[in-house]
Amino acid sequence: MKRLLIGNEAIARGAYEAGASVATAYPGTPSTEIVSHLARYEDIYAEWAPNEKVALEVGIGASIGGARTLVAMKHVGINVAADPLYTVAYTGVNGGLVIVSADDPGMHSSQNEQDNRGYGKFAKLPVIEPSDSQEAKDYTALAFELSEQFDTPVMLRVTTRLSHSQTLVEEGERGELVLKEYKKNAPKYVMLPGYARGRHVEVEKRMAALSDYAETTPLNRIEWGDKKLGIITSGVAYQYVREALPDVSVLKLGLVNPLPKNLITSFAQQVERLVVVEELEPVIEQQLKAWGIAAEGKEIFTLLGEYSPEMIAQRLAGEALPPVSGLTSQIPPRPPLLCPGCPHRGVFHVLRKRRVTVMGDIGCYTLGALSPLEAMDACVCMGASIGMAMGMEKARGEEFASKMVGVIGDSTFVHSGITPLIDIVYNQGTSTILILDNDTTAMTGHQDHPATGVTIKKSPTNKLDLEALVRAVGIKNVRVVDPLKLDELDTVLGEELARREPSVIIAKRPCALIDRTPITSTLWVDEELCNGCKACIRIGCTGIYFKDNEKKAAINPNTCVSCGMCPQVCKVDAIKVVEG
Amino acid sequence: MSQIMNVLITGVGGQGTLLTSRIIAQVAVDLGHDVKVTEVHGMAQRGGSVVSEVRYGEKVYSPTIPKGEADVLLAFEKLEAARWLDYLKPDGIVIINDERVDPLPVMSGKMKYPEDIIDSITQFRPKTTVANATQTAIECGNVKAANVVLVGILSKVIGLPPEKVEEAIRKLVPPKALEVNLAAFRRGVEWSVNQ
Ligand SMILES: Cc1ncc(C[n+]2csc(CCOP(=O)(O)OP(=O)(O)O)c2C)c(N)n1
Repeated sequence: MKRLLIGNEAIARGAYEAGASVATAYPGTPSTEIVSHLARYEDIYAEWAPNEKVALEVGIGASIGGARTLVAMKHVGINVAADPLYTVAYTGVNGGLVIVSADDPGMHSSQNEQDNRGYGKFAKLPVIEPSDSQEAKDYTALAFELSEQFDTPVMLRVTTRLSHSQTLVEEGERGELVLKEYKKNAPKYVMLPGYARGRHVEVEKRMAALSDYAETTPLNRIEWGDKKLGIITSGVAYQYVREALPDVSVLKLGLVNPLPKNLITSFAQQVERLVVVEELEPVIEQQLKAWGIAAEGKEIFTLLGEYSPEMIAQRLAGEALPPVSGLTSQIPPRPPLLCPGCPHRGVFHVLRKRRVTVMGDIGCYTLGALSPLEAMDACVCMGASIGMAMGMEKARGEEFASKMVGVIGDSTFVHSGITPLIDIVYNQGTSTILILDNDTTAMTGHQDHPATGVTIKKSPTNKLDLEALVRAVGIKNVRVVDPLKLDELDTVLGEELARREPSVIIAKRPCALIDRTPITSTLWVDEELCNGCKACIRIGCTGIYFKDNEKKAAINPNTCVSCGMCPQVCKVDAIKVVEG
Repeated sequence: MSQIMNVLITGVGGQGTLLTSRIIAQVAVDLGHDVKVTEVHGMAQRGGSVVSEVRYGEKVYSPTIPKGEADVLLAFEKLEAARWLDYLKPDGIVIINDERVDPLPVMSGKMKYPEDIIDSITQFRPKTTVANATQTAIECGNVKAANVVLVGILSKVIGLPPEKVEEAIRKLVPPKALEVNLAAFRRGVEWSVNQ
């Protein structure tokens, strides 16, 4: 009986059926569900690592130790793990090692849309790309085989559309759990220059062997149709091509690095016109052109965002796009919002009021950059806030730094905020850093992390003490405040900004979506008192709205969680709290 | 392009569109169809607009519905019907839950909620039905069953056998909410739809 599985669950299933016993990850959309599904299998060790570099390093250790191991991350996570990645390509593996890179064309929830097939090429790793959930499962299992056969880590590259689409999958049995023998082998695993030179030879031999394998592997296949048009494609783009152009000839690549030169050449010779359809970068197209094979690609198709069947039909079959209603332009956008009761709202309200410069970071709190709070100046990558604050201060001086903060979430701080904080102390910065400790990794769906004291399997563990950690790196001024106590937060912020020393303010309150404290009060607006000034509306909460006709604010009882923030911003005390 | 049923389900994060798409997809699987469902997680969950695309038939390739090919657009909220209208076939069917959720630009008074949105939709796509699923769900005993009222309406429109849908509801809804949801589904099936 086939089941509908999202691509990510299918990958987890594939690893399970292939006998994997170790799985590591740091969460990141669209990759998160892979390892959260693997954690449900009792006989698989799974962990949320503090960041992707650690996830991969634990994975490398497990692989050298002989276990079949899966490591998963979102595309930008591979940047964090790039250092071990490039060198594990040299050491190779013992137990099969599969590294999943979940890319995000269209940036549904990412800060860039880098194409990680490029990593495969530059790190010299085989890259496998499935096009639906069944392939995701099958290719994952095959990736473990190839990893051991060719003594290499294998990158499984997927995209949001694959990770989060459900398609039918035929499930199999748990594969045999094999722990391969571990033998000390320094020339293979100790990457000193003298040994690494030897390994580089192996890497090149392996790539040559993989190129031969690419010619015959079932991962690459030709579906012959009308030979007037031949398409080379991979991943979900293959599905769009089949949908849009059912009659053409298609060379579907499941192994996208290295590419099969002979297979492609012979396909190219047999079709009248050759087009490469690949989302994002022209990775396949450029290789074809380097080989002197004439093909069209990015002159027809964009480098930006996701593709669609209608886009392909329009560009290659000349089909007109359907008529549009013209309504779209009148429709107000519906951007994502901080939830009612979100502790981050208090922080950004106070920061906006003080008009400070905010070096931001990545998480739910990045929404503080959007209307109506609009209290963030920069956000680049996880952990960058603290280093950017330091750089801003060194560029513009201490006076400027007394009106500037860095803002970072708890999960992000543990991920990559500790080393830049050490930099501030070491190089005598004076910045004030706010750690927004909501006791979870909220953005990606509430994963635990080292400072929550709970593992991926939901068992209790040591709870990293952020306050003690911050003191240990040399921060003397550490304050802990409730971010929804606005006056207190504002006072503490004022004091720490004024100090010509680095400070950390831990804004501590659980995410409203995980907070189990029962709601014991309700709010209402006294319309006699409300003067329609909209101060409460400017906190951007769906629990409160403005009645245009009456020019009064009103509480939405369906969404309000009585966090008590709006009564604090009302200048005329019109928002009343009723206990019970 | 191909003989498949394309159902687009739209709404606001937190409205329960996910359960609806899961029920429809499960029925399609039980009927032996090839099925694909796609939805985007992540940022959209934080009260943003959400969309689920369900496609089934003999063989489904693309997980996304090509623009202009949706057979049915089921919207949990009025604005979200208008936002996705261009995905509908010219003779496609629109089912709109009579619910208004103001997005931030409206809440803060920067933009107006288009009052005549249903009229504009009906002008462009006449096979439009507005249903007060929330009220019906309350009558059935739980406002949260509104999404299953909509499953009832939708399943009749696309011709899914009611006993199969009830089977799927039994699989996907927790036992203690089952009776209310089955009642909500049956009320949905009784709606007369403009088609
Ligand atoms: C290198 C990298 N890994 C993962 C992500 C995905 N991601 C974005 S924010 C975030 C963590 C958010 O947690 P936290 O800092 O605690 O803030 P919260 O969302 O809880 O407010 C993650 C995992 C990313 N953008 N970059």
